Amino acid sequence: MELLLVVVLGLLYAAGIFLILRRSMVKLLLGIMLLGNGTNILIFLLGTITKGKPPVIGPDQNVFQDIYADPIPQSLILTAIVISFALTAFAIVLLKRVYALVDSDDLDDLNTPEEEDL
Amino acid sequence: MLFTILFGFLSTLLLVPLGHKIKSKWSMVLPLIPASLFLYYLAYVPAVAAGSTFSQMIDWVPSLGVNFDFRLDGLSLLFCLLITGIGTGIFFYARTYLKGHPYYDRFFGYLLLFMSAMLGLVLSDNLLLLFVFWELTSISSFFLIGFNNEQEDSRKSALTALTITGMGGFFLVAGLILIANIAGTYQISGLIYSRDAIIQHELYPLALGLLFIGAFTKSAQFPFHFWLPGAMKAPTPVSAYLHSATMVKAGIYLLARFFPIMGGTDYWSYPLMIVGGFTMVYAAVHALFRMDMKAILAYTTIAALGVLVFLLGLGSKDAIVAASVFILVHALYKATLFLVTGIVDHETGSRDISRLSGLRKVLFPVALAAGIAALSSAGLPFTFGFIGKDLIYEATLHTEGNWPLILTAVALLTNICLLAGGFMAGIKPFFGPLPQAYEKLHLPPLSMWLTPLILAVLCLLFGILPGITGDFLSKATANAIFGAETHMHLKIWHGFNTVLLLSAITLVVGTLLYLINKPSENKLNAVARWNKLSPQYLINRFTDGVFKGSTLYTNSIHNGYLRSYHLKIILFAEALLIYKLWLSGPIQINWDQLTPLTIYEVAVVIILLGALLIVILTPSRLTSVVSMSVIGYCICLMFVFYSAPDLAMTQFTIDTLTTVLFVLVLYKLPSFLSLASPKQKFRDMIVALGFGTILSIIALKVLYEPVSKDTSNFYGENAYLLAKGKNVVNVILADFRGIDTMFETVVLSIAAVGVYSLLKLRLKSSEKE
Repeated sequence: MELLLVVVLGLLYAAGIFLILRRSMVKLLLGIMLLGNGTNILIFLLGTITKGKPPVIGPDQNVFQDIYADPIPQSLILTAIVISFALTAFAIVLLKRVYALVDSDDLDDLNTPEEEDL
Repeated sequence: MLFTILFGFLSTLLLVPLGHKIKSKWSMVLPLIPASLFLYYLAYVPAVAAGSTFSQMIDWVPSLGVNFDFRLDGLSLLFCLLITGIGTGIFFYARTYLKGHPYYDRFFGYLLLFMSAMLGLVLSDNLLLLFVFWELTSISSFFLIGFNNEQEDSRKSALTALTITGMGGFFLVAGLILIANIAGTYQISGLIYSRDAIIQHELYPLALGLLFIGAFTKSAQFPFHFWLPGAMKAPTPVSAYLHSATMVKAGIYLLARFFPIMGGTDYWSYPLMIVGGFTMVYAAVHALFRMDMKAILAYTTIAALGVLVFLLGLGSKDAIVAASVFILVHALYKATLFLVTGIVDHETGSRDISRLSGLRKVLFPVALAAGIAALSSAGLPFTFGFIGKDLIYEATLHTEGNWPLILTAVALLTNICLLAGGFMAGIKPFFGPLPQAYEKLHLPPLSMWLTPLILAVLCLLFGILPGITGDFLSKATANAIFGAETHMHLKIWHGFNTVLLLSAITLVVGTLLYLINKPSENKLNAVARWNKLSPQYLINRFTDGVFKGSTLYTNSIHNGYLRSYHLKIILFAEALLIYKLWLSGPIQINWDQLTPLTIYEVAVVIILLGALLIVILTPSRLTSVVSMSVIGYCICLMFVFYSAPDLAMTQFTIDTLTTVLFVLVLYKLPSFLSLASPKQKFRDMIVALGFGTILSIIALKVLYEPVSKDTSNFYGENAYLLAKGKNVVNVILADFRGIDTMFETVVLSIAAVGVYSLLKLRLKSSEKE
């Protein structure tokens, strides 16, 4: 499964990069989200993945009796997901605002007012 | 001494609130500032002439060797008197010259700043302090040269001057630090005790070279001379002050100050004699072809500076005395000529000597001043210039070895050209018939022509009675430079000897040259043809090249297109990563440790990749957003498979929220346009796949490495024992790293506020365009 995840994260990165090289602002945002997902999987993978052993201590135990999945990458990813949501939400609303102002989704249209001044 | 420097700086500050008053009623206050300083320093003359020095030390950064150390000796006192004395005259003159100028107060602010910096420079007894004031003079002169800042020429000249002198300052500071390191002290008066150590040190030539570049740039020596004629774009009082008496002499001061410390060796003498000698001949000949009075004066100034450098290079007792005297001689007559030029320009609106003539009939006192100054510059008997010129010939004649003949010939040639140049600027415009156009000219107010007349009278007075200044110059000043007894009585009459003969030759040939040489456009153009070889042309070409290069660079790197920035950053990152991966060797995979594949995992991955493809390819915005959520859910499932229930829950919630927000907010937007050409898309695809591959390889490599579990085990073991929680991930977030989580919440709140306010914001009508 690790090898499959390696392929998945590579493709997520590739797709993310491809999208941030587009002119559309929405695509730029989608690209950033994909890069975020790719990074999450990368962190998850590198913490070594374990099947069926969540890092939760049993009901009547005080310490782990068995092996368990690494909790640190999980907490890191949890933070990352939440923060990237904050970013995404703000960016989405900002996009709407830009669209309302310049009536375009084209990043290049944001450059033009400067040139018109000349 | 410190207070005299601070006095000027404080007055500059006072001009900010009081500027408008200075403009109208209080302008008489301005000349009083340098005048009071002049009187203060004049009071020191008897003591310094008797051989005393005064010093003042105030700690500033003693641990770095930077202190406010000031020292007043014969050399610095001469410069202080020049700065404040001529300064008084200039302030008095400029008060009328610039009357009604909108930036009147600002001009005097700059001028005061410059004067204080210059005073600081000549009084500093600390190498770093000297450098600080050195740079301050460069900066304040930049403002003065570019004072007419609405003219492009003026701005350009100011920039050239700043570039050249600033570059020199850069070399100078390197040289000063080198000297201080060799000697182990930053105190200039202390360096003299390390003279032998400095001269014998292997870095001595380097330190000396750096020092020379600093001095040559400031004192406009070849090949850095060209900023000085350019700086004539400044208002005339500035030219008279900075470019005759003070700033350009700073380089001379520097050389004179270091003469007892580093001078007297071959490394010292030859460069100075060659550069100074070449500069004086080059500039003196150049002056003959100019038609603009200011340009003539600029070139003769460069030549005079060359003479001074040359004399300091010569380094004999005679030469040092000659240099000390010539500093004052030149300052007096050159300031007069500049001021006269200013009056002529002010009244007639022209500085072209081929058009000006006969002005003595309307501007008699001005003509008188100009005439005396020109005669002093020519070195006629009974002028101060005569004494200066004699001393120069004495110095060249009394050189040891085979040199006297050549050196004297060079000095003779320079003096002949200087004489002709002085006559061109000081006599030509005032003699001959008066053109009709100028008949109605009026004499400007007394306050304008008084200064040049006084300076001219001083030229005459010091010439007739050399004893007034001679003892001070030949004893106190020359002693400070030479470091040994230099006293000689300056005399008008030396009897019939070689020096007198040389003076006579200078006079006759120079006058003939003046009568024969008629500068004209043609000659100017003929000289201009050689410009392609001049340092100025080469440096301009170089700066143009730098400018074009940087424009090209900016346009290609910083072109304003986000995707182009992305592309460059990604390509660069790829190059770095590939290089690093190349070094790290081949990929290894530990097959035993891999978890086995199951059919439902493969199914989820296939769905994820399918959705990914749709995100990239679909022209519909809604489809791509929905596909994004599919990708998110697939990842969520993977978290479920691999023991991360908390992540799965979070991912699920967040993904749903994002999709809802996306659809709610963006459903109105049109579908994607296809803007890129297939070729661009192909290129981007290669770049993107390359980056993906690199990341995959990194992941594989890291997988092979052993993982340290210490921290994880700590959290796992202590989650319940210390924090009383059984879900370790939750415990880490809420307890062990609780403060991090708190700040994360703050970030979320800020984002929420941003989202809310952006959604609530209504467009004003003015924004709807």
